[in-house]
Amino acid sequence: MKLLEYEGKDIFEKYQIPISKRFGVLKLGDDPKSVNITRDKCIIKAQVLAGGRGKAGGVKLAKSKEEAREIIEKMLGMEIATHQTKGAALKVKEVLIEEASDIAREIYLSIVLDRKDATAMLIASSEGGTSIEELAHSNPEKIIKIPVDLNEGFQEFQVRELFFKLGFDKKLYKEFSALVKNLCRLFKDIDANLVEINPLVITTAGELLAIDSKIVTDDNALFRHKDLQAKEDHESSEIEKEAKKIGINYIGLDGNIGCMVNGAGLAMATLDTVKLAGGNAANFLDVGGGATVEQITKAFQIILKDKKVKAVLVNIFGGIMKCDDIANGIVEATKKINLNIPLIVRLEGTRVKEGKQILLNSGIKLEQADSLWEAAQKAVSGTN
Amino acid sequence: MSILLNKDSRMIVQGFTGAQGTFHAKLCIDYHKNIVAGVTPGKGGTKHLDIPVFNTVKEAIKETNANSSLIFVPPPFAADSILEAAHAGIEVIICITEGVPVMDMVKVKKQLNALKAQGGKVNLIGPNCPGVITPEECKAGIMPGYIHKKGSVGIVSRSGTLTYEAVWQLTCQNIGQSTVVGIGGDPVQGMNFVDTLKMFHADPETKAIVMIGEIGGSAEEDAAAFIKEKMDKPVFSFIAGKTAPPGRTMGHAGAIVEGNSGTHAMKIEALKNAGVTVVENLSEIGKIVKENFKITAN
Repeated sequence: MKLLEYEGKDIFEKYQIPISKRFGVLKLGDDPKSVNITRDKCIIKAQVLAGGRGKAGGVKLAKSKEEAREIIEKMLGMEIATHQTKGAALKVKEVLIEEASDIAREIYLSIVLDRKDATAMLIASSEGGTSIEELAHSNPEKIIKIPVDLNEGFQEFQVRELFFKLGFDKKLYKEFSALVKNLCRLFKDIDANLVEINPLVITTAGELLAIDSKIVTDDNALFRHKDLQAKEDHESSEIEKEAKKIGINYIGLDGNIGCMVNGAGLAMATLDTVKLAGGNAANFLDVGGGATVEQITKAFQIILKDKKVKAVLVNIFGGIMKCDDIANGIVEATKKINLNIPLIVRLEGTRVKEGKQILLNSGIKLEQADSLWEAAQKAVSGTN
Repeated sequence: MSILLNKDSRMIVQGFTGAQGTFHAKLCIDYHKNIVAGVTPGKGGTKHLDIPVFNTVKEAIKETNANSSLIFVPPPFAADSILEAAHAGIEVIICITEGVPVMDMVKVKKQLNALKAQGGKVNLIGPNCPGVITPEECKAGIMPGYIHKKGSVGIVSRSGTLTYEAVWQLTCQNIGQSTVVGIGGDPVQGMNFVDTLKMFHADPETKAIVMIGEIGGSAEEDAAAFIKEKMDKPVFSFIAGKTAPPGRTMGHAGAIVEGNSGTHAMKIEALKNAGVTVVENLSEIGKIVKENFKITAN
């Protein structure tokens, strides 16, 4: 689960990680006057899940309350496209209004799960504010990495190593040490995959401040975090959320071939095969291991909610679930939903002959394929 | 020969009496009778599917001399079950459970590494995996047994149904498999590609290997480095996720392209560079292995 900046900062606050004074969060439809701005200068920030929002007009400085209100009004509802949104635009539904700071220095600080070494890794760089990925590419020597033992927490000697490498003023040591240790504690407590402060700044007054927050938590651990469960999923689209509720893993894509597959790996490979055949998939959809009539019906309904879909490709490898049962499911589901675009079905596995016969005898208008490659080609020509 | 499991494997099932455990254990028993005990805390002393149930893994080992375990325990308790098996001395632990928190796996890995450092022999496969099968000898997982055929191609994969697809294509070409290992799709897991490749490399019966990877992480790149340096057996590979959008998780928690790492292009380049035959079209795995690796199936 990816948290918005202000949600992350709520957590920072609980862990005594210093953040700017916040005047409030406004949602689409809220009155811009309802926020009590108590300083002359403030920053208005679009709450969207995309790095690089500043360059796209999602972060603005206001020099008066009147200007702040104008900016808030314009920003709520605007669409933001950055290098991270890959051409798609995100609608701004919430803005955060906070005090503007005078920045003397910016650094990058994050803790991320290092999957290779199965440990948490603290990553820091004295070059804050920019994309750490670009920096890792252009100047890898400028990146500091220190493994974190989550049971022990961040050790004092590790703080010293980091502190001196970053070249901080000695006066900041105590404050910095507490911040880093708290960040590690937070990472463990909330089952995070990533906690990032970019930038962490030193103000002209010599204070540390987390100017931004990026937190990604582990969906598998949600069962032990009631507070996170209650939060809205800002990443998924409406169709994706609906699919999730009924146990279907769906991700919308740009193409026009709807895909229904069992298993995540095979589903990914199906999208690749569609592309190889000259088409583009409209979605990733994993119906799960037990492809029952109910699941198949729901999956069809979900796929067809996307109006771009011009053909549907079903690719099921019947293992434990037998192909004849799946075929019956497809027949029943197709009757229920009244499908009127080309349907291509590729079944393989247990009792495949019986399954194919059922589809053939059903009288339903569909094309069968013997291989995924053949199915993909048929689906592509079905959209033409 | 094979790796990890064979006809003499003595297996326990943790989470034996639950719905998943019961359903799949029965299919494993039907395939080959390797299951000697079940473990469900509180149900010790009873029998289930005609097999004795114990409260703890330790008791099960003491009574049945078990050496491997298949885990169907629900996500909140799966990590603890893995550790119970490991500390009791089980050598091959296969965890099917999907949805284990990554922080739990970090803890598991740390303890497994400590056990290994003390000379303990333990291999964890999974979690979130289809399991391991040595055709005609031992099925430990949720894969359909009948699609497999005994032979000399080792398969290792991060995905379930994608593995079945590859296995089935090989079987249809009359090419059998030595052992098929589903290492699973989680970011922190037990055995990785390199660990499995090392075993296949050392197994005289395995003559070629099919490796099925996907986007995300660097396991395929690490495998490529190992293959380049150490392996002389032919390796074939398919990597799923060429068209997956960056930043989105495609089903498997581990299948995500983050920034510039874990991309399809990087993995393919590393594998080609290591002399691996890369299969671009999934439907051609069987055909390409057949063309490039002319063995008559056993």
